[in-house]
Amino acid sequence: MNPPPTAAALAPDPIAATTASVVAAPDLPDILPPVKLRRGLVGFIRRHPAIAIGGALVLAMLLIALLAPWLGTVDPTALAPARRTREPSATFWFGTDMLGRDIYSRVLYGTRVSLTVGFSVAILASLAGLAIGLVSGFIRWADGIIMRVMDGLMSIPPILLAVALMALTRGSVGNVITAITIAEIPRVSRLVRGVVLSLREQPYVDAAVAAGTRTPMIILRHILPNTLAPLTVQATYVCASAMIVEAILSFIGAGTPPTIPSWGNIMAEGRALWQIKPYIVFFPSIFLSVTVLAVNLLGDGLRDALDPRMAKRL
Amino acid sequence: MLTYVIRRILATIPVMAVVALFVFSLLYIAPGDPAAVIAGDQATPADVERIRASLGLDRPFLVRFGEWVWQILNGNLGTSIFTNLPVAAMIAQRIEPTLSLMVVTLALAVSIAVPIGVVAAWKADTVIDRAIMAFAVLGFSVPVFVVGYLLAFVFALELDWLPVQGYTPLSEGLWPWLENLILPAVALGCVYIALIARITRAAMLEVLQQDYIRTARAKGIGQTGILFIHALKNAAVPIVTVIGIGIALLIGGAVVTETVFAIPGIGRLTVDAILRRDYPVIQGIVLVFSFVYVLVNLLIDLLYTVLDPRIRY
Repeated sequence: MNPPPTAAALAPDPIAATTASVVAAPDLPDILPPVKLRRGLVGFIRRHPAIAIGGALVLAMLLIALLAPWLGTVDPTALAPARRTREPSATFWFGTDMLGRDIYSRVLYGTRVSLTVGFSVAILASLAGLAIGLVSGFIRWADGIIMRVMDGLMSIPPILLAVALMALTRGSVGNVITAITIAEIPRVSRLVRGVVLSLREQPYVDAAVAAGTRTPMIILRHILPNTLAPLTVQATYVCASAMIVEAILSFIGAGTPPTIPSWGNIMAEGRALWQIKPYIVFFPSIFLSVTVLAVNLLGDGLRDALDPRMAKRL
Repeated sequence: MLTYVIRRILATIPVMAVVALFVFSLLYIAPGDPAAVIAGDQATPADVERIRASLGLDRPFLVRFGEWVWQILNGNLGTSIFTNLPVAAMIAQRIEPTLSLMVVTLALAVSIAVPIGVVAAWKADTVIDRAIMAFAVLGFSVPVFVVGYLLAFVFALELDWLPVQGYTPLSEGLWPWLENLILPAVALGCVYIALIARITRAAMLEVLQQDYIRTARAKGIGQTGILFIHALKNAAVPIVTVIGIGIALLIGGAVVTETVFAIPGIGRLTVDAILRRDYPVIQGIVLVFSFVYVLVNLLIDLLYTVLDPRIRY
C-alpha cells in the first residue's frame, strides 16, 4: 500500500525526515505483506485459474470444431456396411458404429453442433432475457403480466418444455436452438429484472433522474452496463445447460435429425449396443462432459472475477 | 397465517393458467388436422368440414380452451392418437416406476448432499472443502446419461453387483425394487447432489458467522451439535427451497435416466410419444409434471413457517 515516504518527498528538514522514516517503516509489513504483482499471462493464470483452464478447453473445442475436416477425419456420414462396429484401432481411432461410420470423425464434427447450439442459445436467450428484463424492470404495469408468464413457463421443467416444442416441429438445429432458447429465457429475464430493480434504487440513478436525463438514456448509460457482468456469467451457464439439453433431446429422439452427427445422436445410435460395444457411447460422452465442464469452469471463474461478493456466498 | 396460506394457494392459479394456456396452444397449433384424419382419404372437403363442426373444432380458440380446461378439471386429459386410450390412464399406469425413481433419488440426494455441504462449510477453504466443491462442479457438468452409462458399466457389467437395467414393482419386495433403482438414482442424483451441496455450504457459511453460534460454542456444545442442530436448523430455508426448485431437474433427468436403464415409466412414455408424434400424451405429461412441480413448491412455501418459526405472515 503506502510505500515508506522518502526523505526528499517528506520535508526539506533532514532531522524530521529521518525520524519519520524510522518510525513508520517497521509497522507496515506486519499489516500488509508485500503483494507480488504478476503481470502478463502467468499472472492471469495464477489469479484466475478457472477462467484460464475453462477458457483454454473451450478454445480447444472451438478449434476442433473449426478444423474438423483437417484433423484426420473422413466423411462422418459415409456408410460402410462391410466394417460395422469395429473396435477402436489405429485406423479407426474411436471405432465404427453399426453402420460402419467412423466414430472419431462423427465425434469431431459433433463438436460443431454442440458449440453452435450452446453459443446460439446463450446469445439469443441473453438478448431476449435482457430485453424482457429491462421492460419488466422499468414498466410497472407490464411487470406483473410478464412475470406471471415467466412464472408459468418456469414451472414447466425445461427439458419437458423443449421436448414439447420439438414435438411440434421437424428436427433441425435451428428448431433445437429455438426450443432451448424459449426454455431458458424465463431464468435470464428474472435475473435481469432483479438486477434492474436493485440498480434503480442506486443514488447515481436518482441523480440522473434529478438531472433530467431521459429514461432511454438512463437505461443505456447507467442500467445496461451494470447488467452486463451478471448477464455474462449467466450466459455461460445457459450455454453449458443448452449443450446438455441438446444432447438429451437428440438422445431421446427429439433433437437434431439423425442425419447430422451430434454427440446426442451418436449416443442414441450406440444405445442399443452399449453393453457389447460401450465405446460408441463412451467417446461422445467424454467430449460432451469435458466441453460442459470447461464452460462451467469459465462461468465460475467469470463469476468470481466479476462479482467478488457472489463468489463469497457460493 | 391462514390468510397467507389462502393467498399462496390462490397465487398458483395464474401460474397454472399460463401452463395450461401454453400446453393448449401447443395442441392447437400441432401439425395434422384431426378432422381430416378421421374423415379418411376419400372424404370431400365438405365431409371434413362437417366432421370438424361435429367435433367442435371450428369454434373460437378461447371457447375451446375453456372447454379443454373444464375437461382437465374433471380428470380428462384427452385420448392418445396412437393407442386410443385415455391419456390419464396411460400416465397412471406408468407413474409407479417414475415416482419410485424420484423418491429414491430425492432421499439419496438429500442424505448425501446436506452432510457434505455442512462439512464443506465447516472445513471452508481447506482441501476437503475444495474437493467437495470440485465434485459439485463435476456433478453439474457430467450429463445424467453419461453418469448412468458409466455406473451401469462399472457396477452392473464389470462387477455384476447390481442389475444392468429394468424395474421390479414394489409389490414384489423391497430389495428387488430398490436393487433396480440404486444405479439410476445415483445417476439422476448427481446434479441434484451438486446443487443442494453448494447451497447448503453457502447457507451454512452465513449462519456460522452469527453470534448465537459463538454463544453455543461458548456454552461448550460440541462441533457436531453446533453444525447439525444449531446451524443447520437456521440454514434450512434456502436448502429446502433449492430442493423444491431442483425437482424440475429430477423430472427432466428422469426422462433420460429411464431411457438409459430401460425403466418403463413416464420418461419412456414421453420418448415413445415423441417418436409417434402423439401430441395429447406429450401435453398430458407436461401438464401433470408441471402441476406436481408447482404443488411441491407450494407445499415447501407453506413449510417455511414450520421450519423457521421466526417467519410470520
